[in-house]
Amino acid sequence: MALEVIDAKQEALRVVFGETLSEMVEQFPNILLLDGDLANSTRADIFAERCPDKFLQMGIAEQNMMGAAAGLATLGFIPFISTFAAFAVKRAADQVRVVIAQPNLNVKITGGYSGLLTGKTGKTHQSVEDIAVMRAMPHMTVVVPADGPELRQVLRAACEHSGPMYIRLTRDPSPVIFDENYNFVLGKAVVLREGSDVAIISTGVQTTRALQAAAILEQEGISVHLLHVPTIKPLDEEAIVEAARRTGRVVTAEDHSIIGGLGGAVAETLSERHPTLIKRVGWQDTFGESGPDDALLEKYGLTPHHVAQAVRELLRR
Amino acid sequence: MDIKNPIGVRQPRETEQPDRDQLETLAAQVRADCVRAVHHAQGGHLGGPLSCADILVALYFRVLDIRPDEPDWAERDRFIMSKGHSSIAWYSTLAARGYFPRQELLTFDAIDSRLQGHPDMSRLPGLDMSTGSLGQGLSPGLGMALGAKLLGQDWHTWVLLGDGECQEGQIWEAAFVAARYKLDNLTAILDFNRLQQYGWPGDTIKHRTPPWDPDPSVMEAKWRAFGWYVIQIDGHDTHQILDACEQAQAHKGQPTIIIASTVKGKGVSFMSEAYEWHAKVPTPEELEQALSELGQTGNGIKDGA
Repeated sequence: MALEVIDAKQEALRVVFGETLSEMVEQFPNILLLDGDLANSTRADIFAERCPDKFLQMGIAEQNMMGAAAGLATLGFIPFISTFAAFAVKRAADQVRVVIAQPNLNVKITGGYSGLLTGKTGKTHQSVEDIAVMRAMPHMTVVVPADGPELRQVLRAACEHSGPMYIRLTRDPSPVIFDENYNFVLGKAVVLREGSDVAIISTGVQTTRALQAAAILEQEGISVHLLHVPTIKPLDEEAIVEAARRTGRVVTAEDHSIIGGLGGAVAETLSERHPTLIKRVGWQDTFGESGPDDALLEKYGLTPHHVAQAVRELLRR
Repeated sequence: MDIKNPIGVRQPRETEQPDRDQLETLAAQVRADCVRAVHHAQGGHLGGPLSCADILVALYFRVLDIRPDEPDWAERDRFIMSKGHSSIAWYSTLAARGYFPRQELLTFDAIDSRLQGHPDMSRLPGLDMSTGSLGQGLSPGLGMALGAKLLGQDWHTWVLLGDGECQEGQIWEAAFVAARYKLDNLTAILDFNRLQQYGWPGDTIKHRTPPWDPDPSVMEAKWRAFGWYVIQIDGHDTHQILDACEQAQAHKGQPTIIIASTVKGKGVSFMSEAYEWHAKVPTPEELEQALSELGQTGNGIKDGA
């Protein structure tokens, strides 16, 4: 199921998003794409060119865009919101809450440029707390795909699921880890490696780095159980408890604040159901800055080596 | 997106419609039910509900193409109360129109009630959108109007705005987008009562001033600048309300806003133009006086169908 990350094919989730959604309108003719004037960044422009009748420019006005999507959803359309995660989730948070989540309307919010790697834009554009905000919102489903093949299935699942959903996307090309046999199921986590010394529980593109960390640790004789959690809400608690039960040690890994995201969700689950020593890899309660990808990942502690180091430290405790 | 389906003119309905006197009687009943329900619940807003009662009654009894026994009818006209804190006026009008029994108004704000403090579309059929956080209602109305055009359907979307909530930036986001899409199937009605919850400091702390220049022409200039067709009326004159709604439906190529000058707390002398009655519970004596001034005595809700 999971291929080797090293030398793997690379795909940008934003491109997969634009391409896949335009391919899906045949099966789901009620799809509409609402853009907050970022289409050539989020690659909603691929959809705009292929499906101009289903593309609605909403301008630089995210709050109104959420309300307009809610109105369209009441008519049976499946509106996809496309903007940066930072703006979709925080700029328009009350609109998402009052006219989308509370009435449980069928709006799909895609948060582009999530996490650290946003093309040298800096802290205003880096979304560090979007999972935490969306996860806390009743009725909201939260999905964080790891690669292109998974995202293709997530977008189809979004149209088959009725209700509000937040889908977290990224900007830069990242490794393809799933092949054609992979089957994404909404609400289910997936074991990428079986191991006994420690469990790494990861989500999104950070799963590709967790895979690399597992390979590094294997060379040191450490057996890693790797659980990928694409659906943050509803959370696959059984899979998380099982991973903790098998290993007794858990490291979480995500391109998001360690507060309120996957790490927070895993800590909440395990402290209630199977108390386990945990170490959370992610943004350490900080905002970011602009810079080249490699330098950012190094400074903010998201490389495979940082994940591996967290495992070593946890095993020493 | 290219809109290819211009909105056609709907055929008038054949059902018998109340005349002007009957509408005014219904508006008095709606106002009385607002006061009764808020007194019964010992909580809720009154100033705003009383200022928009004539508009709601005119819409629901003469303008909107709706089916009270089939609230989800796909091609109904849509109505959104953006100023969601005036919910009790909406509920009282819906009850009068036959959406549910008037007795249910006495569940307003109670636990498990369908009549939430602010309108909740997931609880009560007939509410086309949930509102309550101010400044948010025009955007879903825009989405509905845009969706109607995409579907090639000729129903109309109406949104009731308060002037206080026009301080929210989202109203103006929606205003420019609606004009950009030339949504002539969208009409906003502005309940221009010139008061808000506490207001802006005037000469003294007791003297509160409105958010805007009280001259509606100043408000009119803002909406015109955003690309809207503007009609100014007296929001308590049923004839003017009906005439403006007809003009709004007939106007093509841009959305319309009806700036309806109103009196906050209209119909009850001691509530009129008094910011402190934005949200206040009447005493039993005040309830009796209010009902008497509205020409409604006794507990009309319990007696009414």
